[in-house]
Amino acid sequence: MKILVPVKRVLDYNVKPRVKADGTGVDLANVKMSINPFDEIAVEEAVRLKEQGIASEVVVVSIGPAKAQEVLRSALAMGADRAILVQSDSEVEPLGVAKILQVIADDETPDLILLGKQAIDDDSNQVGQMLAALLGRPQGTFASKLVVEGDHVLVTREVDGGLETLRLALPAIVTTDLRLNAPRYASLPNIMKAKSKPLAIKTPEDYGVDVAPRLRVSKVAEPAVRGVGIRVADVDGLVAKLKELGVA
Amino acid sequence: MAQVLVWAEHDGAVLKDATRSAVIAAAQLGTVHVLVAGAGVDGVAQVASAIAGVDKVLVADDAAYAHGLAENVAPLIVGLMADYDAFLAPATTTGKNIAPRVAALLDVAQISEILSVEGPRTFTRPIYAGNAIATVESSDAKLVITVRGTAFAKAGDGGPASIETVSATGDTGQSSFIGAETAASERPELTSARVVVSGGRALKDAATFEQVLFPLADRLQAAVGASRAAVDAGFAPNDCQVGQTGKIVAPEVYLAVGISGAIQHLAGMKDSKTIVAINKDEDAPIFQIADIGLVADLFEAVPALTASL
Repeated sequence: MKILVPVKRVLDYNVKPRVKADGTGVDLANVKMSINPFDEIAVEEAVRLKEQGIASEVVVVSIGPAKAQEVLRSALAMGADRAILVQSDSEVEPLGVAKILQVIADDETPDLILLGKQAIDDDSNQVGQMLAALLGRPQGTFASKLVVEGDHVLVTREVDGGLETLRLALPAIVTTDLRLNAPRYASLPNIMKAKSKPLAIKTPEDYGVDVAPRLRVSKVAEPAVRGVGIRVADVDGLVAKLKELGVA
Repeated sequence: MAQVLVWAEHDGAVLKDATRSAVIAAAQLGTVHVLVAGAGVDGVAQVASAIAGVDKVLVADDAAYAHGLAENVAPLIVGLMADYDAFLAPATTTGKNIAPRVAALLDVAQISEILSVEGPRTFTRPIYAGNAIATVESSDAKLVITVRGTAFAKAGDGGPASIETVSATGDTGQSSFIGAETAASERPELTSARVVVSGGRALKDAATFEQVLFPLADRLQAAVGASRAAVDAGFAPNDCQVGQTGKIVAPEVYLAVGISGAIQHLAGMKDSKTIVAINKDEDAPIFQIADIGLVADLFEAVPALTASL
């Protein structure tokens, strides 16, 4: 089976985001950027399926600036076979991303599309579900376990009350949650090998997709700052405070 | 006046409070109708019809909707949306699963996890795990929105709204429900509890986590939460996890015990009304957002606290 894995280049999760003084967004100049952590889990899962002989080819795709080639090379170093960059210097909203991926999926006809449940920059949590809708395929979101069985896949989902397992007919779209796996570190030989793996560069126009934004972000602000707290000296002090709050 | 359709979050028997928050958000946009989709959901529909501010309840009762499968539910909602200007769902795992599927089928952008309604098409929402708040305006013909429950009040009860049956759209056969493992607990539900007691990796192991935290939680009639580090270490089940990648909570009082205050955890609890932190490391980042801090060894302080309450 062929697996398609969309990945996004985002601000590294260890970096504290700083809102620009003019309120137009978050400052991304000269800060570390990385593959979206949930997408990295998707790449790992696809590569594991290949190692198990279930998948035959893993294709990674990213929609973003020229520098998104870096995250595609990381995915290739983890074991993906080839990459596609759909280059766009302006931000593409989830619906636009899903529409580009729809055309790519129509071309590539993957049996499984694996992607992160959300990107940690815009926190939208939409692309997988939107892509499933546009392709008219089943979706398994927030997956913590995935078992491929013939013409279907069993997906265990992390839901509010616990876990639930769904059976999806292939081709299907699965979005990954944290506990699906722990992504590997790419070895140096694999990083070197990844440099020579194929990476095609396209544009949204190549796919005939209109990615004009539907949403206008008029302001980005820091969240309200909490007032300075107090310290209590001991447990008795804490008990007194909890009584004041009416919870004790 | 805009017509707004709200997705009712329920488990087949009980209407979830997140629905009441979505109704409050929806009422700021227009006339509110609530969709109750499921199998054997008369009771849920009755409860929904009693919510203040709800004008009408639509009931779609069919086996195809029993487990809220997005593949079956989305076509139902898309069909109904001919008569509505906006679709709102609580930002629960169900809402997050369904709403984007609806948005794509309607060819509109979705606005995820709104924190406030600023105008008929303008909303605020958190980005970067709540480290920034974006004000977003839609240019689409229809709105599809998920609502962060902790950011809105919960609608109480009012007069009974009319209940109308809508016809089912059937089973697409693309997916099927196999089973669920639900975590049973006699404590309040994490996302709606008035008090939450959360533990971190400093609690050493699962047995100590229970021994130290559960008596305090029971004394305070609190829900039990955990940091991602504690969950990953196996001290507490996944559904207890509070944080960016877990549950978002905003109780009246949040007690963080042995929690360092990683960005991931803070993203899930920093909107709590009062934050209390107990940690022996006085430089722990949790103290920067705590309203009340106690620098102490939790293994002494928590049992002493439980005993004096």
